[in-house]
Amino acid sequence: MRLAKKDTVEALKRKGIDAKTAETLCNAGFALDKLRKASIEDVMKAGISKTATHKVMKMLSKTNAKVTKTTKKAKKKETGAVTPLLIDSKLKGLPLPLSIIEELRDYLNKVKPTEAQLERILQMSVGAYERARVEPCEAVGIVAAQSIGEPGTQMTMRTFHYAGVAEINVTLGLPRLIEIADARKVPSTPIMRVKLEPEYARDREKARALGWGIEETNIIDVGSVAVDMAKMQIVVELNEKILSRRNITAEEIVQKINGETKADVQPEGLKLTINPAQHSYRGLLQLVEDVKGITLKGVKGIHRVIIRKENDEYVMYTEGSALKRILQFEGVDASRTKTNNINEISEVLGIEAARNAIISEAMDTLREQGLEVDIRHIMLVADMVTAEGDVKQIGRHGVAGQKASVLSRAAFEVTVNHLLDAAVKGYVDELAGVTENVIVGQPIQLGTGDVELIYKAKE
Amino acid sequence: MTELKRIGRIKFGLLSPQEVRKMSATKIITADTYDNDGFPIEMGLMDPRLGVIDPGLRCRTCGGRPGECPGHFGHIELAAPVVHIGFAKLIRKILQATCRKCGHLLLGEEVKKKYQDEIKTLKKIGRSTDDVIKGVFKDSVKTSVCPHCGEGQKNIKFEKPTTYIEEGHKLMPSDIRDRLERIPNDDVEILGMDASNARPEWMVLTVLPVPPVTARPSITLESGQRSEDDLTHKLVDIIRINQRFQENREAGAPQLIIEDLWELLQYHATTFLDNEVSGVPPARHRSGRPLKTLSQRLKGKEGRFRGSLSGKRVNFSARTVISPDPNLDIDEVGVPMEIVKEMTITTNITPQNIKECKEYVRRGPDRHPGANYVKRVDGQRIKVTDRNCEELAEMLEPGWKVDRQLKDGDIVLFNRQPSLHRMSIMAHKVKVMPHKTFRLNPSVCPPYNADFDGDEMNLHVPQTEEARAEARILIAVEENMLSPRFGGPIIGGIHDHITGLFLLTRGTTLFDENDALEVLRKSHVRDLPKPAIHENGKPYWTGRQIFSLMLPKGLNLTYRAKACESCDVCKKSECEKDAYVVIKDGELLCGTIDEKAIGAFTGQVLDRIIKEFSPTEGKKFLDNATRLAIRAITHFGFSFGIDDEDIPQEAQSQIYEIMMEAEKKVKRLIDAYEVGELDALPGRTIDETLEMKIMEELGKARDQAGNVASQHLGLDNSAVAMATSGARGSMLNLTQMSTCVGQQSVRGERITRGYDERTLPHFKKGDLGAAAKGFVKYSYKKGLSPTEFFFHAIGGREGLVDTAVRTSQSGYLQRRLINALQDLEVKYDGTVRDTRGLIVQFEYGEDGIDPSKSDYGKSVNTRRIIQNVTGQDPAEV
Repeated sequence: MRLAKKDTVEALKRKGIDAKTAETLCNAGFALDKLRKASIEDVMKAGISKTATHKVMKMLSKTNAKVTKTTKKAKKKETGAVTPLLIDSKLKGLPLPLSIIEELRDYLNKVKPTEAQLERILQMSVGAYERARVEPCEAVGIVAAQSIGEPGTQMTMRTFHYAGVAEINVTLGLPRLIEIADARKVPSTPIMRVKLEPEYARDREKARALGWGIEETNIIDVGSVAVDMAKMQIVVELNEKILSRRNITAEEIVQKINGETKADVQPEGLKLTINPAQHSYRGLLQLVEDVKGITLKGVKGIHRVIIRKENDEYVMYTEGSALKRILQFEGVDASRTKTNNINEISEVLGIEAARNAIISEAMDTLREQGLEVDIRHIMLVADMVTAEGDVKQIGRHGVAGQKASVLSRAAFEVTVNHLLDAAVKGYVDELAGVTENVIVGQPIQLGTGDVELIYKAKE
Repeated sequence: MTELKRIGRIKFGLLSPQEVRKMSATKIITADTYDNDGFPIEMGLMDPRLGVIDPGLRCRTCGGRPGECPGHFGHIELAAPVVHIGFAKLIRKILQATCRKCGHLLLGEEVKKKYQDEIKTLKKIGRSTDDVIKGVFKDSVKTSVCPHCGEGQKNIKFEKPTTYIEEGHKLMPSDIRDRLERIPNDDVEILGMDASNARPEWMVLTVLPVPPVTARPSITLESGQRSEDDLTHKLVDIIRINQRFQENREAGAPQLIIEDLWELLQYHATTFLDNEVSGVPPARHRSGRPLKTLSQRLKGKEGRFRGSLSGKRVNFSARTVISPDPNLDIDEVGVPMEIVKEMTITTNITPQNIKECKEYVRRGPDRHPGANYVKRVDGQRIKVTDRNCEELAEMLEPGWKVDRQLKDGDIVLFNRQPSLHRMSIMAHKVKVMPHKTFRLNPSVCPPYNADFDGDEMNLHVPQTEEARAEARILIAVEENMLSPRFGGPIIGGIHDHITGLFLLTRGTTLFDENDALEVLRKSHVRDLPKPAIHENGKPYWTGRQIFSLMLPKGLNLTYRAKACESCDVCKKSECEKDAYVVIKDGELLCGTIDEKAIGAFTGQVLDRIIKEFSPTEGKKFLDNATRLAIRAITHFGFSFGIDDEDIPQEAQSQIYEIMMEAEKKVKRLIDAYEVGELDALPGRTIDETLEMKIMEELGKARDQAGNVASQHLGLDNSAVAMATSGARGSMLNLTQMSTCVGQQSVRGERITRGYDERTLPHFKKGDLGAAAKGFVKYSYKKGLSPTEFFFHAIGGREGLVDTAVRTSQSGYLQRRLINALQDLEVKYDGTVRDTRGLIVQFEYGEDGIDPSKSDYGKSVNTRRIIQNVTGQDPAEV
């Protein structure tokens, strides 16, 4: 008897019930199966607080439905349809993801089921959730890789106009997916979507002004640049209209040029004459390039800013990406601003943000192509790539190249180097992965190959 | 079953000269291979102690016959040491990092200790030591005086591939070896090497292992001449030079000649190991073809690793062309008799099955469910022939094994390359059939991505009970109807299946008893329901009623069909497109069945049956529904001919008007552009604006023309029926055939390339008009003008190139993805980990849900549950 009690206590503890409560329950004569059948009231009679009781019931969640059912029967006489309050209390503590619970709450409040129906709905929901869970040993990696790779053949190759913003070209389709997998430092078409603080977002003029402040302005944008070979000087004619629109003055330009080069700038109204410090043609031509390269205003790398109205707020799209600089601008809503440069996100906002960026970029790319891929597959890729704190490439220089197994790396790319390296360093291949075991010709340790439990039939 | 022995781990290291000698079966001294009688010469490259390849001979080391003996290594004693080309760079680094006199690492004791500790801790926690070791090399190279013996260090220059020059003085491999020998073990460890298994001096070869004969078999040509393997050729070279070197040295030849020969020996050793070293001319065969030496054997797609180890050739497999058979179940495969007779399953004879097995053997190899081999208890395999079959059948007893031929109901794996996802290999049940192709139900084409234009597929017969169990439980078609990619059906009706059911369930087609039974003949239905109406005393059934017979009882479903135009206010069952589908308790009440009901990827009805009933129920539904569809489409008759592209005269003139109008508009745009009146769109140049506007105008014209055409083509047109039901093709295809092909484009722009300022000499220079830039105004039916045809070819070519580039790129992406993720697995604690045990995710997909068991990604379809329980759709309340 004592032994049985001890076992019960142990079993309850294993279910996550604290030792004291378990002890009390056992002393009250509850065995595990009895407890399952018991109602909350029954348990409370054993001298346990209400919260502890609920906890016990929750821990024995499998039986939860049954337990609540019995308690429900007592109350059932009262009503036909259930109240929102009851729904709330019922939903609380169900072993379901939050999103599902929220959805259930929403729907249940709309439909207003009877209590019996409610019970059944909850029971079915929990059942469906349990049934949909991954089984241990599932080779989720391969499934994810296949699920992302397979639709690759159905994708287009071309760059397209960004959804809605006709002016900006964005790499989409397979090239973009490859770019994400390659973890390239800079994407081929960097682009940002800058959302603004409410006061800017509602005012077109303010948004515009901010846009001009961000867009990179070079001398070419505000006037014409001519080289006078005879006089060995550069003549810049500024366009007044553009100057005023971009909110920049000739003086500022002169100062900028003076600051960035050694040349001598002579302003004459809107005409600037620049004399090189050195009198040589090479120096002159070099100077032209230098002057053209000076960023007079705005953020270097932001070649164009486009302001668009989206659901009654003005949103800025930029060609080129400089997240760190942009976030410092007054009026930019940092929490809703994003770039498609994953590496930049990783540097500015950290690795978790980069992970989310990979997921959203990859999902957007696939969705744009009309391909349905479960987000879990992409999450797995993103998690794999960012697992060690920096964004790694999918391939030789990243995940695949840093695998523990020599044979696996050798089978992927640069076979001979990996073997030579392994020999010198005395690496040991533990034969834990897929490729290694295929190579040596034994069952792989995934899926059904990972199960060691064997049923031994009695003679 | 006996416990399987597993290889626990594999350690890598360098072979020491002693080890090479120890594992060598013989020393090789002569470059000759066979004597005049064709027997291998002893201590030659084909020494019988190295293994045998010629039938009839026995290995002198292990006594094995060809095929049994794995081969044994020999060795060549090199007259002078040579550098192993794979380690040439590392040798340079080590030379620079160690003292030229005492061999110690050029680091002070303290620094050394620091590095030692660092490496130790890194190794303990299982991290890579690469960065630390890089630092070691960097620091030690900088030191110019040895902190141990005070020797001044000289700069060592490395000339590719294998020359080391120390301030003008060339270091011979023997000098290098001496220096490497002096490095103490402790220092070797700091250099990142494993001192016990890879002493640095072993990177300079003094003894060369000779690969077994089995690794370099010679082949006998038809002329009786022997043709040696590339490796043998290379070894011959090495031995010859080795001999010459030795002779010269013994004869006291001048240093210059010795050095030359040494260099030559180095060259041959280098190319023996790797024949693609930069800076070394590759060794060539007599024909001029570069030799395939050791490195080349391992490298690349066809190399040992990817070609022979990761991917292996297998027995018990067959391959042939596929063809469709809608009368097969989706989980069946028709296998030709010829193949079935070759493919066998090994069966252990037990008291329970001995009778059956005897029958197989008695039938012999030629009468179908027969047997090809029997295996006695002692392991002797006996071929079953017509002559001995009776006799063998009598001899059978428990403990013997019979290789019986494949028969109906056996489970086999069926595969089509490229195997892009796991549904590219599925388990089917065999159905033995006449003729020479594999037959499969067209419904399983989508997962394989197969069609019947000459595709071939492979078939594999699992040989163990475990494999067959896994095939039935996990790989069967039935278990793979839902794609893990998005949690929806990937198998579904295609083409005629969809058209057939579309025609059947559209409107109110009536069937008399005869017709109804006729269309239902191939399905499981035996009883007709209550007729919908009686006319003239005869009972009639509607198409929907007949389709409903396929649906399981208890199925409730409401959805919008493909024809739905998402009107502002849905008229629901009053929809004149018949696009509001209602199924109640397995009865199709309204709506038309189309792609969205039973198609692959989209089939809602199929999806619900699989998820709410069972995959088996789903399979049954699909089998029956598709058979019904085929019967229905043959009942109605369905064809498409060139006259289906005819459009009436009035429509033609309307289309002509539209085209003229478009051309006029384009002309107006060009005129405006030329006089500079065109306003640029924001962020675009004027040229771009013009292009965009013209494209827009022409696109509009094509659409308008298409609309005109489709007004005259109703659902009685086969192409329209196919397009609206989603079976095949689109309205755009029909428009192009009947009305106007439209703008041809390259990279999304009108065609601009060609001659100076014009695409073809048919046009004036600078012509920006529609026709000059690739607009095809005629239809495929009317025929294209010569210039249009040319533009069409340009546009078509782009598509082809695109596909070709895409397949290679996406293939590589997939390979990389697989390689990066293949080892990830959900552990029993719910975490996802790689082989190192590193946690990649704490809970798979953040909610632990398997996408293939989910409902389009959602773990619980709350809407359906509530609907099923309460009868109300919560989204519409």
